Amino acid sequence: MEPVEIGLWGVPLAILGGAIRVSTPFIFVSLGECLTERSGRINLGLEGTLVFGAISGYAVAYETGNPFLGVLAAALAGACFGLLHGWICKFKGVNDIAVGIAMMLFGMGLAFFFGKPYIQPQAPDLPAIPFGWWSDTPQVQAALQVNILFILGAILAVAMAWMFKSTRVGLTVRVVGDSTDAARAMGINPNSVRLLSTAAGGALAGIGGAYLSLYYPGSWTEGVSSGQGLMAIALVIFARWNPINCFWAALLFGGTGALGPALQSVGISEGYYLFFAAPYVLTLILLIMTSSPDRAMQGAPLELSLTK
Amino acid sequence: MTPPNTMNRRRFLGTSAMALGATSLGLAQSAQAQSNLTVGFIYVGPKDDFGYNQAHAEGAAAVKAMSGVTVLEEENVPESQDVQNTMESMINFDGASLLFPTSFGYFNPHILEVAPKYPDVRFEHCGGLWTEGNPTNAGSYFGYIGMGQYLNGVTAGHATKSKKIGFVAAKPIPQVLNNINSFLLGARSVDPTITCQVIFTGEWSLAVKEAEATNALTDQGCDVITCHVDGPKVVCETAAARDAFVCGYHADQSPLAGDKYLTGAEWNWASIYTDMVSKTMAGAPIDNFVRGGLADNFIKMSPLGPAVSDAARAQFEATKAEIIAGGFAAIKGPLKDNKGNVIAAEGQSFVETDVAIESMGYLVEGVIGSTS
Repeated sequence: MEPVEIGLWGVPLAILGGAIRVSTPFIFVSLGECLTERSGRINLGLEGTLVFGAISGYAVAYETGNPFLGVLAAALAGACFGLLHGWICKFKGVNDIAVGIAMMLFGMGLAFFFGKPYIQPQAPDLPAIPFGWWSDTPQVQAALQVNILFILGAILAVAMAWMFKSTRVGLTVRVVGDSTDAARAMGINPNSVRLLSTAAGGALAGIGGAYLSLYYPGSWTEGVSSGQGLMAIALVIFARWNPINCFWAALLFGGTGALGPALQSVGISEGYYLFFAAPYVLTLILLIMTSSPDRAMQGAPLELSLTK
Repeated sequence: MTPPNTMNRRRFLGTSAMALGATSLGLAQSAQAQSNLTVGFIYVGPKDDFGYNQAHAEGAAAVKAMSGVTVLEEENVPESQDVQNTMESMINFDGASLLFPTSFGYFNPHILEVAPKYPDVRFEHCGGLWTEGNPTNAGSYFGYIGMGQYLNGVTAGHATKSKKIGFVAAKPIPQVLNNINSFLLGARSVDPTITCQVIFTGEWSLAVKEAEATNALTDQGCDVITCHVDGPKVVCETAAARDAFVCGYHADQSPLAGDKYLTGAEWNWASIYTDMVSKTMAGAPIDNFVRGGLADNFIKMSPLGPAVSDAARAQFEATKAEIIAGGFAAIKGPLKDNKGNVIAAEGQSFVETDVAIESMGYLVEGVIGSTS
């Protein structure tokens, strides 16, 4: 493949490529958190789950030689973390935010401990689908290497929105999230629903972690997440607890995150620290533009400790 | 909680503290006698990161193999109060009398605060920050790794087809700028039309951003990539996956890039650490200001990869011999920076040992990038 001069076209291409490459962990963690929060609980521990998902996925993929088994293992590990969080929060007087922070530190510590022997070995990567086959430009081909997990995330966002809107399961989660008393009156056990929602949310965050270590950047290092799990939790609020919006918000974050390196690569290098702040600046602008004093927490589940 | 209970606990704590104090005293005495030296190594990240910390840990492993030496290691110690706690516990509880806190940010204020409290303990810091007036039981050592990046540049200059090479950098501090400049000047010694695109990520370790930066560089046609970040693993793997050649940094990354690996500028701390430890055991003093390059075994080059051509190999070996002979200057006139200011006039040159290089604040002509 001969390199082709693409000049300034590199910037939109990098934003597109970055949106596809970088956003996937954001999609999975924010969808997982969206589900958990819609059931009325906050799980701040997803950063720890993400990192632990990354190492368990990497380790299993390395030992078995099959990256898909790695993804499965990461999902299982994430579900276990979610179950633990959900189980602890069941007890009276336990604060879900505090437990979440503890779970975050626990997950990261455990991941670093078990991750020691896996820093050096190289696990097989998840395959990507080359959607850029129609182009002769290697840069376009590289940008359009779409991982299967990204597509899965997109489908999952739509499916989850549909689930909340028109299925019995979705209704149950929403009732528990909006009123514990109403749920009890309907004969639903709020604790079980929240336990399962947190476990499912944890499983999704685990898959997000497996994407980090098995596809992009594609190796296990202790700094592999660098706070992406926490950002994804904030994205849920930004997306107003709507799964489809979570997907777009994740894309926006991934795309603008690629802006800094891309602008430097075409020679626009003055003030790169400002470009690195682009995702956050954009978030602030969008939040201010869509804010309104009378419907400040619109869409927020009423049982959430944020809104109570 | 009842009062007697508290008293018991307090008494227990008191006795154990005394016991610990006595132990450390005993160990300190034996350290003085130098029959058994305890040496502590402190790393800012994991010690097998294919990078900065691994290079130091390989040095520590060489010390471990010496007889009569006990080696303590602690990883992932942040550049904060934590490193002071680690140093004090290595001294007080484990009886360490020679410490290697290896990260750049450990020096000021942490070593500067702890060193005066323990005049019998030696603090050796990597990075070259010790100056006259700092505690005399502290010292700093560093290597002229810019020469290694110059040699990287020579192989890159031969390997590049697009005449564009790329550099993923963490922060625009003098040591990083020197590496970028040396990399390009090495490549320009092969072909003066080569340019080097630099991308700063802003942090020492940001896996996703380093991958994005590497992708952006290859998108712009850079076909040889090197870096200066703490763990070059992500950059090497991403570049090789995008079909670009890789020059390593800090440690040997050839297992990560396979055939795409040209060579790499590595630290060779084993020789420095074993030397300092044997000097300490013999009771001989160590200089407060230690520097060295290829000739002094402070740095080394990774074995040349299969993609390095014969012409490249010949020029690489010739340049290496010239550097080892001494007095080699990468920065020599006439040379301008990339904003057009003159750095070196005709006939003026800065050899590797010049202290002016340690406060470098510019990128040379041909580097596309900005320091702010």
